[in-house]
Amino acid sequence: MKKRGPLLALFFGLTMLLSGCSSLTVLDPKGPAARTLSDTIIFSILMMVGVLAVVYILYVYMLVKYRAKKSNEGYVPPHEEGSTKLEITWTVIPIIIVLILSVVTVRTTMAVENVPEGYENQEPLVIYASSSNWKWHFSYPEQGIETVNYVNLPTHRPVEFRMYSFGPITSLWIPQLAGQKYAMSDMVTKINLVADVPGSYMGKNANFNGEGFAHMNFEALAMSQAEFDEWVQDVKNNEGELTEAEFDKLLETPHVGRMSFASTHLSFSPPPEEGHHHSGSTEKENGNQEHQDNKEKFPEPSSTDEDEAEFDFDPNVHPDDPTPVDPGDESTHHEGH
Amino acid sequence: MKWDEFFVTGDPLIYGAMVSIVLVSLAILVGLTYFKKWGYLWREWLTTVDHKKIGVMYILAALIMLFRGGVDAVMMRAQTSMPDMKFLDGQHYNEIFTTHGVIMILFMAMPFIFGLMNVIIPLQIGARDVAFPRLNAISFWLFFAGAMLFNISFVIGGSPDAGWSAYFPLAGIEFSPHVGNNYYSLALQISGIGTLMTGLNFIVTIMKMRAPGMTLMKMPMFTWSVLITSVIIIFAFPVLTVALLLMMFDRQFGTQFFTMQNGGMDMLWANLFWVWGHPEVYIVVLPAFGIFSEIISTFAKKNLYGYKSMVISMLVISGLSFLVWAHHFYTMGQGAMVNGFFSITTMAIAVPTGVKIFNWLFTLHKGRIEFTTPMLYSLAFIPIFTIGGVTGVMLAMASADYQYHNTMFLVAHFHYVLIPGTVFAVIAGFHYWFPKVFGFRLNERRGKTAFWFIIISFNVTFFPLFFLGLQGMTRRMYTYSEETGFGPLNMLSMVGAIGLTIGFILLVYNIYWSTRYEPRDTTGDPWDGRSLEWSMPSPVPVYNFAVVPEITKRDEFWFAKQEGKSLSDKKIEKIHMPSNSGKPFILGIAFFFLGFFVVFSWWTPAIVAGIAVLLTMAAMSFDRDDGYYIPVEEVVQSEKRLRGERV
Repeated sequence: MKKRGPLLALFFGLTMLLSGCSSLTVLDPKGPAARTLSDTIIFSILMMVGVLAVVYILYVYMLVKYRAKKSNEGYVPPHEEGSTKLEITWTVIPIIIVLILSVVTVRTTMAVENVPEGYENQEPLVIYASSSNWKWHFSYPEQGIETVNYVNLPTHRPVEFRMYSFGPITSLWIPQLAGQKYAMSDMVTKINLVADVPGSYMGKNANFNGEGFAHMNFEALAMSQAEFDEWVQDVKNNEGELTEAEFDKLLETPHVGRMSFASTHLSFSPPPEEGHHHSGSTEKENGNQEHQDNKEKFPEPSSTDEDEAEFDFDPNVHPDDPTPVDPGDESTHHEGH
Repeated sequence: MKWDEFFVTGDPLIYGAMVSIVLVSLAILVGLTYFKKWGYLWREWLTTVDHKKIGVMYILAALIMLFRGGVDAVMMRAQTSMPDMKFLDGQHYNEIFTTHGVIMILFMAMPFIFGLMNVIIPLQIGARDVAFPRLNAISFWLFFAGAMLFNISFVIGGSPDAGWSAYFPLAGIEFSPHVGNNYYSLALQISGIGTLMTGLNFIVTIMKMRAPGMTLMKMPMFTWSVLITSVIIIFAFPVLTVALLLMMFDRQFGTQFFTMQNGGMDMLWANLFWVWGHPEVYIVVLPAFGIFSEIISTFAKKNLYGYKSMVISMLVISGLSFLVWAHHFYTMGQGAMVNGFFSITTMAIAVPTGVKIFNWLFTLHKGRIEFTTPMLYSLAFIPIFTIGGVTGVMLAMASADYQYHNTMFLVAHFHYVLIPGTVFAVIAGFHYWFPKVFGFRLNERRGKTAFWFIIISFNVTFFPLFFLGLQGMTRRMYTYSEETGFGPLNMLSMVGAIGLTIGFILLVYNIYWSTRYEPRDTTGDPWDGRSLEWSMPSPVPVYNFAVVPEITKRDEFWFAKQEGKSLSDKKIEKIHMPSNSGKPFILGIAFFFLGFFVVFSWWTPAIVAGIAVLLTMAAMSFDRDDGYYIPVEEVVQSEKRLRGERV
C-alpha cells in the first residue's frame, strides 16, 4: 500500500526514537498509586491496539481489493442495504470491550482515590499543598513545618495531600507517584499516595493558571523515614517561623525559589472547609474569604518569632529569565540513565 | 484610557500585523473603487439572502480564520520547538493559544460546516432556499460581526489569555483585568445568537421543505447529520449564552457567580462551559460524518451500507453527548462514583462511533473505489480518526485520565479527532461540492499534492505529542528547560507544522490555479453523484430547482440516471423567491459596535449602538416585502443556457 507506507515508517521511527533516548515518566511509576495507573494505561493501550488492528486490516483489505483498476472496469458494485447480523456483531463486540474497560476504570479509580492497598493500617502523613501565583506551599501540620516549592516524603508511608489554592485553579501532579488533582480556592481535594522507591521526582502544576505557569515546578524527594525525621528536625532547628505578615508578602510574590519554615501558615490562614462553603462578607485579606472565616478555629501560634526565613536559593525568579533548573529532572540522573 | 493602552504596543510582530491590516484594508477599498465593484458587492453579496452565496461567504470567512488560527498554531509550535526559546513571551504565548482554540472551533470549524450546510442542504432535499432566508443572512452577519470583534482584540486592547475554556477565577476580573476576556464573552455571545438561529432555521428547513416523497428515512446522510446537529445546537448553545452572560456580569458589573469571594463557584463555570463544550464537539463532528458518508458512497459507487444503523448511531451519539461533560474535569475531586458514571457514558460513545466506522468500511466492500481528492481525505479520515477515537477511550478512563489530564497526550488526542474528523471533512466537502457552486472542479493533481503534504505533516506534527504527554509535558507551557528532554519531539512537531502550512498554502493555490485554468464542467454531475444536488446544472441557478423532483427512494438521482429518466421534465411554473435585504448586514454592523463599546465599558456609545440594534430589528419586523416571482420564460431560458443548449 502506497498510502500506509510513510505513516508506518513514521510510527516505527518514533517508537525507536522513544525507546532509545528517553523514558516515559508516566509509565515509570515509583509508588503503588502511579503503578496502578501505569498498568491501567498499558492494559488500555493493548486493548486499543487490538481494536486498531481490526480496523486497519479491514481497511487495507477493502482498499487493495476493491480499488478501481483496469481489470475491473465496467464492474457495477451491488446494491447492499446492510446486514443485521454484521451490524449487531460490531455493536455487541464494542459493548463488551467497553464493559471490560468500565470495570477496570471503576476499580482502578476506587483504588487510586483511597489509601494504597497494604498501607491502610498506617496513619497517613498529612501534607497541605496550597498554590499561590506560581508557587506551591507545603504545610506539615503534624511536624509543624512548611516548605515552598519542594516537598519531602518518607517512603513506605501513606501520604495524604490536601490541596487548595489562593487563586486560580491549579493541579498538583507528581506523575511518578500519583495522578493529578485540582487545587481550588473554595474546597479541599485529596490525593493519597505512597512512594516506595527513594528518589527525586518531578512535581508540577498541570493546570494553566496564568503567566508564570510554565515555571511552576517543584521537587518531590522521597527518602527513608529516618532521613525524613532528620530533615524535619533540621528545619525545626535551623529555620525561622512563618509569620502572617511574611506569608502575606510571600503570597504576593510571583515566583520564589525553595524556602523552609519552622511553622505553618495553617494557624493564621486555615484551608477552606472541605466541600463548598459560602459566606456573605466582603472582607478580603489573604486572597480567600473562606480562609479568613476559618481563622478562629485555629489558635494563633504562641510564639511570635519574627526571624527572617532563609532562602535556599535565588528568591526572585522572573518569568522571562531562563527557566530555573527543574529539580524534577534530577530524577533522571537518580534513576541512572 | 490612554492610547497606548487602547492599542497593543511594544511587540514588533503586532506592529507588523497592524501595518498589514491597514494595507490590506486600503488595498480592498482602493480595488473596489477602481474596479467600480461597490454596487456589485452590495447587490450580490452584502444584501444577499441566497443560501448558496451565504454559504460561500461562510466558507470564505472560515478559510481566512483557518489561516489566522494557523498562524497562531505555527507561532506556538515555533516557541516550543526548542528549550528556552525566546520567540514569544509568556503573555503573548497565552494569548495565541487562547485565540487559536477559540478561532479554530468557533470561527473556523463551525462556519466551514455552516457554509457547506447552507450550500448543500436545500439542494439535497429539493428546496429553493432555507425556511427563513433573511434570518439566515442575519445568522451569517452576526457570526461575522462576532468573528471580527474577536479578531481585532490582538491589536486593540489585547487578546483573551485564559485559554479557550476561560476557566474562572483566572478569567475573572481579579486575575485578568485587561479587556481580553471581555472580547471573549461578547464576541462569542454575538456569534452564538447567529449559531442558535442557524440551528432553528435548519431544523425547520429539513422538517418542512423536503421534496414531495422524501420521507425522513429517504434523506441523504449529510442532511440527517445536519438535522441532528441542529437539534444539538438548540439544546447546547443557550447554555453557553447564559454562561457568557454571567461571565460578562462578573467581569463588568460586579456580580460574583464564579469569583473566589462571596459564594462564587469557579467550577460552576467549568460545568456550564463543558455542558455546552462537549456537545459542541459533536456539532462539528456529526456533519463531518455526514460529508464522509456522501463522499465514500459516491466514490465507492455503492449506496451507503447500514443506512438505518448510521442514523440510529448519530441519534445515540447526540443523546450521549449531553451526558459526558464531567470527563473534562475528572480531576476536580468529585469522587470515584461520579467519575465512574461519566467514564462509562463517555466510553459508550465509542460504540455508535465504531458502528459508523464499520459501516463505512463495508460501504467500500465490493465497491469500485476511485481515489479522487475528496475521497482521499475521506479515506485518510478512517485510520487517523480511529487513533483519535481509541485514545479518546483511553482518556475516558477516569483513573488513567489523572495522568493524561492537561498534558500533551490530551492535546494530541483532540487534534487527532478534530483534524481528521472536522478539517478533513470540510476540505473533502469543499473539493467535492466546489464544482456544484462554481461550475468547475479543483485540479486533481494539485489537490492530491496538497493532500499528501497535509496528511503526512499532520501525523508528524501531532503523533509526537502523545509521547510528550506521557513524558509529563503539560499543555499551555510556553517554555521548558533542556533537562526535561521535551526538546527533540517538539522540534519534530515543528517540522510537521511547517509541512502543514505548506499543505494549506498549496490547497489555496489550487483554488487560484483551478479558477484560471481548470476546464468548466457542463454536466452538473462531474463525480457521477447520487443525491439531488447533482441533478441540477452547475453553477446552480438562483432558484435551484426549475421543477421540484418527486422522490420515491434513497439516491433517487442515481437510480434515475440508471433508468435514463429525467427528474426535471415536468412543466415549469413561475418561481417565488425572497428579496435581498440590507438590514441583516446593518444589524451585524450595529452588533459589532455594540459589542466593541461594551468590551471597553464605554456606556454612552454602547447605548447608542444598542438603540441602533433595536431600531434595525424594529425596521425588519415592519418590512412588508413578500419577495418576487421569476417568470416562466426566464426560468426556461436559464435552464437551457445552463444545460449547454443554445438559447
